Amino acid sequence: MFHIYCPYCDEYREEEEFHPSGQAHLRRPADPANSTDDEWGGYLFFRDNERGVHHEMWLHAVGCRKFFNMTRNSATYEIYETYKMGERPSVTAENVGDLKRQSGVQAETSGWQTVGARPESESLNEEEQA
Amino acid sequence: MKRYSGFGLVKHAMSHHENWERQWRNPTPKKQYDVIIVGGGGHGLATAYYLAKEHGITNVAVIEKGWLGGGNTARNTTIVRSNYLWDEAAAMFEHSMKLWEGLSQDLNYNVMFSQRGVLNLGHTLQDMRDIQRRVNANRLNGVDGEVLDAKGVQDIVPILDCSKNARYPVMGASWQPRGGVARHDAVAWGFARAADAMGVDLLQNTEVTGFKIRDGRVYGVHTNRGDIEAKTVGCVAAGNSGVLAKMAGFKLPLESHPLQALVSEPLKPVLDTVVMSNHVHGYVSQSDKGDLVIGAGIDGYVGYGQRGSYTTVEHTLQAIVEMFPIFSRVRMNRQWGGVVDTCPDASPIISATPVKGMFFNCGWGTGGFKATPGSGHIFAATLAKNEAHPIAAPFSIDRFNTGALVDEHGAAGVAH
Repeated sequence: MFHIYCPYCDEYREEEEFHPSGQAHLRRPADPANSTDDEWGGYLFFRDNERGVHHEMWLHAVGCRKFFNMTRNSATYEIYETYKMGERPSVTAENVGDLKRQSGVQAETSGWQTVGARPESESLNEEEQA
Repeated sequence: MKRYSGFGLVKHAMSHHENWERQWRNPTPKKQYDVIIVGGGGHGLATAYYLAKEHGITNVAVIEKGWLGGGNTARNTTIVRSNYLWDEAAAMFEHSMKLWEGLSQDLNYNVMFSQRGVLNLGHTLQDMRDIQRRVNANRLNGVDGEVLDAKGVQDIVPILDCSKNARYPVMGASWQPRGGVARHDAVAWGFARAADAMGVDLLQNTEVTGFKIRDGRVYGVHTNRGDIEAKTVGCVAAGNSGVLAKMAGFKLPLESHPLQALVSEPLKPVLDTVVMSNHVHGYVSQSDKGDLVIGAGIDGYVGYGQRGSYTTVEHTLQAIVEMFPIFSRVRMNRQWGGVVDTCPDASPIISATPVKGMFFNCGWGTGGFKATPGSGHIFAATLAKNEAHPIAAPFSIDRFNTGALVDEHGAAGVAH
């Protein structure tokens, strides 16, 4: 179960309110009428399907009804960040190693999916108390 | 390989079943093979078996990073049917169904294939129209099928709630009597044992870490147990196909999703067929052991975690209890997830790739188990002849650029 921070509502909400909508930052061919079959097929069907850091679009379906983006690890299911449409991700596959863990996200070390905002990681709870 | 028989069973009973021979060897990798198959699940093992049996190519290695049949082969709901709408898909799944019907004898291994019939329920007028269209298409393609009304369904499954009071009343169903279930582990083990007996090397705990590619041609793989060479490489890695494609330097039109299933505590026999409903989205059968085997939908996000969301479990059980109020107090024993590689058109990819000598068999999504023998059979022919088998040809990767999709979404009663 994900606990997802909606950047528009400015709140954490449960996964049930959201709908995943596939890979983010896809670029539609600028001139569809003159694009090749490869370009158009690539845009419609071919995906990175990344095992690891994955940028994806979500819809806050029963909330604000807005699309936003999320950076998430598709193997551990850790959510690194959510950000508004039009913004660029601050976490990428290149810089994920030196990421300072944001409070309230699923921790990679917790082993199983954490339900709720408090990850089972002591360091994060300490940070919260300070 | 000693053949299994009733007589052998009695003989081994005399020695307290302590002297059965190992079902397959655990060989050291050779430096070179004619064909390498990446992925030791049902489809990969079936491919190796048919390569050896039909094409006489026995210098084959199956490379598996875990253990044989430990991925989706061991994680599905074991349903076998062939009532697909489009000619291309029906041809393939019916090809597979015919192999299923003789598989236990062919492999000398009891895969417990039980043709107990499969019902695909219709809950709306549109469902019923689609069912009629599909059954008619099936019959034209030589696939058995019948359209049943609510009473016909009730006669087959007395415990199904077919009353008008249901939230989504059952209006009828398509019925494929030749469909059924099989023992999933036995399928992998049977193919493994038969392939091994013909000289195929099954390399477990061996992970492919890269491909040796020169001038656009593959000539081997890197593994954690050293390099292995082969001029032909077939990748059958289900959810991890995209990871292999990335190593080889191209993309696939796939997304990997978690798909869950669950089983209940064992019950006395209560359900002797397979019931699937797309509309309320759940499917259920009862295993020989007595537990209800229940299938769920995929989680919509990309995930390689072999586990899914609790919400999906909840929605699935709502659907099951909606159909079978009698199950409302059954307790669930276990729940698990597999990683399925879904294609945009819900049909598989059996295809050559931009790298010469490298072939992919993937994209089976939520419905690959039923195709295990057929997929192995046509993929083996594709690898042996270096060109697509006629049944495999429409499932080329090119279709995503030409637009000739085999759009089986929903149309085939594909319960995802």
